[in-house]
Amino acid sequence: MADTVIIKLTAAETAEKIASGELTAVEVTEAHLARIEATDEKVHAFLHVDREGALAQARAVDAKRERGEKLGPLAGVPLALKDIFTTVGIPTTVGSKMLEGWIPPYDATLTRRLKEADVVILGKTNMDEFAMGSSTENSAYGPTGNPWDLTRIPGGSGGGSAAALAAFQAPLAIGTDTGGSIRQPAAVTATVGVKPTYGSVSRYGMVAFSSSLDQGGPCARTVLDAALLHEVIAGHDPMDSTSIDAPVPPVVEAARNGSVAGMRVGVVKQFAGEGYQAGVVQRFNESVELLKELGAEIVELDCPSFDLAMAAYYLIAPSEASSNLARFDGLRYGLRVGDDGTLSAEDVTALTREAGFGDEVKRRIILGTYALSSGYYDAYYGSAQKVRTLISKDFEKSFEQVDVIVSPTTPTTAFPIGERTDDPLAMYLADLCTIPTNLAGNSAMSLPCGLAPEDGLPVGLQIIAPAMKDDRLYKVGAAVEAAFTARWGHPLLEEAPSL
Amino acid sequence: MTVTELLSYEDALASYDPVMGLEVHVELGTKTKMFCGCSTELGAEPNSQTCPVCLGMPGALPVVNAIGVESAIKIGLALNCEIAEWCRFARKNYFYPDMPKNFQTSQYDEPIAFNGFLDVQLEDGEIFRVEIERAHMEEDTGKSLHVGGATGRIHGASHSLLDYNRAGIPLIEIVTKPIEGAGERAPEVAKAYVAELREVIKALGVSEARMDKGQMRCDVNLSLRPNGTEKFGTRSETKNVNSLRSVERAARFEIQRHAAVLSSGGTIIQETRHFHEEDGSTTAGRIKDNAEDYRYFPEPDLVPVAPARDWVEELRATLPEMPRVRRNRLREEWGVSEHDMQSILNAGAVDSIVATVEAGADSAAARKWWMGELARNANEQGVSVDELPITPAQVARVAALVAEGSLNDKLARQVIEGVLAGEGTPDEVVEKRGLKVVSDEGALGAAVDEAIAGNAGIADKIRGGKIAAVGALVGAVMKTTRGQADAARVKELILERLGVSE
Repeated sequence: MADTVIIKLTAAETAEKIASGELTAVEVTEAHLARIEATDEKVHAFLHVDREGALAQARAVDAKRERGEKLGPLAGVPLALKDIFTTVGIPTTVGSKMLEGWIPPYDATLTRRLKEADVVILGKTNMDEFAMGSSTENSAYGPTGNPWDLTRIPGGSGGGSAAALAAFQAPLAIGTDTGGSIRQPAAVTATVGVKPTYGSVSRYGMVAFSSSLDQGGPCARTVLDAALLHEVIAGHDPMDSTSIDAPVPPVVEAARNGSVAGMRVGVVKQFAGEGYQAGVVQRFNESVELLKELGAEIVELDCPSFDLAMAAYYLIAPSEASSNLARFDGLRYGLRVGDDGTLSAEDVTALTREAGFGDEVKRRIILGTYALSSGYYDAYYGSAQKVRTLISKDFEKSFEQVDVIVSPTTPTTAFPIGERTDDPLAMYLADLCTIPTNLAGNSAMSLPCGLAPEDGLPVGLQIIAPAMKDDRLYKVGAAVEAAFTARWGHPLLEEAPSL
Repeated sequence: MTVTELLSYEDALASYDPVMGLEVHVELGTKTKMFCGCSTELGAEPNSQTCPVCLGMPGALPVVNAIGVESAIKIGLALNCEIAEWCRFARKNYFYPDMPKNFQTSQYDEPIAFNGFLDVQLEDGEIFRVEIERAHMEEDTGKSLHVGGATGRIHGASHSLLDYNRAGIPLIEIVTKPIEGAGERAPEVAKAYVAELREVIKALGVSEARMDKGQMRCDVNLSLRPNGTEKFGTRSETKNVNSLRSVERAARFEIQRHAAVLSSGGTIIQETRHFHEEDGSTTAGRIKDNAEDYRYFPEPDLVPVAPARDWVEELRATLPEMPRVRRNRLREEWGVSEHDMQSILNAGAVDSIVATVEAGADSAAARKWWMGELARNANEQGVSVDELPITPAQVARVAALVAEGSLNDKLARQVIEGVLAGEGTPDEVVEKRGLKVVSDEGALGAAVDEAIAGNAGIADKIRGGKIAAVGALVGAVMKTTRGQADAARVKELILERLGVSE
């Protein structure tokens, strides 16, 4: 089979062909490595490609098959791993100079699960430094281009993972979502991204940005592929206290049985208005019409607290980050600056942090330090926690009336690289619709719903489900995906320019 | 260094009323650390007992040690505290090289135990109630070793070495409410409180609470207010006062120092103080002007701790008898004075005596050996009696051998000496050294006859009623038997042969 065909296969198809012997895992891996080599100079999705490790893992899968051993549902399928998960022997930078060259001594639980499932890890993908950003421009290692238009952002913080999927460098990827870092990149690249319920994917070995919000999740080009990956990475982990000790919802089954017939679908009043691009609103409205056609009942919802979500998020996330990032002091690992034998440890720490952190990271550390300071704590961190409770209550109330909620994933299509770098507030608006879900801890998905007529760039539809009802995302997502694909005559990504 | 002005203790107390706050950190004796599976064993190679979690590696997450929580609840219950139905850990944020994450996982406004008290008994038997504010869970820091400076302090050091073996070891911090009304006995109360707390911790079995090994560390906060006034004065915080005697001395020194400053019209600076074992003095540390901001917030990586009420009650039911109650019971059972009981306590011999009694000895004999021969030996070697290489069961065996007449006191001391020297069990030492009272009546009879025959004059005196002279004959018999005879029995035999009775 030609490389050009192999790289366009879905993960499910690839796994099936490897299991049947039609393809070897090595062939599949080589095809993707070649694709990365051919395109990544332009895209810059990867920070590190682990050619040898990937091929070794692929050979092991082929050997397993030859021995007649049973292969897992994603055995031999290549994956692009966001550079925020620790990987033994492979650099993990979190997009920061602070960890340049750091080789972790341990695997994240998610990394271990991928390896145990015989998934082939191709390498580590680019990201906004410490996952802080919506464009991947905050990476210390340079921006990633959106395969739809290389002069535009691929979203962030997980722009590398989304771009790798859209550039056919990998059929699967892993992202992390603190305020939208899986969903917004998925939206602007016409891929599928899921933020699972908080606590369903272990955070052990995932470098922390905001502990109470961070959640790893699957990225793919189809809803079914995302579900297959979801099932591999989710599940209880005793190493993460916040990990939920309950069975993973039946996401794969849901993805194979897409339907919205008889479902009540909510549309939140607050996810509209100023700042929403016309083409995004148009595609979203068409999606709502489609859901109706498919048999869903549309219910309008009022969630007033959502208007406060952005403000609460930008107090809670930086507060936790200011503490989580304190450990980067140049003493035990990573960058160390100024240690010439004359300076104190305190001075070396200060110089290291000055040199190692980028502007956005510093901005958030300062903001969070301030918000937690005595005398300000109640007004800022304390009030933000109250807003968080209100948001959870608005969701609870809503889910008494509806099964899922839909919204645009992000108010605009991919903006040009450099456009918002000097305007942090404009950048933050990209996460307007995704943040409430992180604050409440429930689950959400973004999937493609068309191209905006004015710029021909992808628009994402967000589906939001209650906590531990992640299967509903896949059930609805699969139905929408099937209907749109039928309408377009092909998956949306086919319309992306070839690189 | 400037000489610290001190007022005499009497003058200080004549004008001022001391108020104290004691903060005690106890390292729990759990097998593993508070938030990871690393060993807590002391004395290992630096940094050999570390992992991604306790080194604060990127991505690593804590998991609460259930035994740590259980120990905290036990301590809370023993200190008559309420146990929180729901509480959280909090992050205490500050940069220091020995703290891997640059925040300490601790508890802030939601401690696991709060509102308790501990009754402590002063030397004269008076009971003083110390109110407990809270007991909370946290993790220990690593250790810094400053190299190149003169004093081991960071000042003047060329570089520092870090050992994270201690980082993450579970700590319970126990904080008293302000201790008021102790007056001139404040230093004694402080010492008695820490001593009592240590006994409680040991009785619970949650820590060895060895102050000399840093398993229990005390901070003494002290302020003075003019007699008859209510408002607290400015306090000083004397850190790491790590022996009972030092606690008393530090409190006493600070009372005298504060009084000198205040009586000369000066003001006390709110600061930490270093305590110096050599002369019992304190010197200035860091200024604490309440501006120190740890930016506490609830630890998002850990779920709240919500101990089920049934479990708490279960733990309450398993609490051992509290040390003060036990001591008073034992004092009565043993029939000893307050003063003697205090000596036994000071010698750290209570448990050894109890165990010896449990092994069959009578309490007088057990006390005699532990407070006599063994206490002296321990003192000479600079260890506590329970560290001597002899078990309570062995002491009980020695006592039994004396009681049955196989050994006299002199021989028994030799047996103990042999056991301490590693020569084996009491019976083995008796065997090897041939230390047996001559109890063979035939052999003893012959020796008695020989003594009477060889000292006819003395024998006559005894026959004549001068019984006190028997000592000389007993001595002669003891000499021929090389001390291995029961002196009382020898005396009986001599009197019998001579036909006199006492």
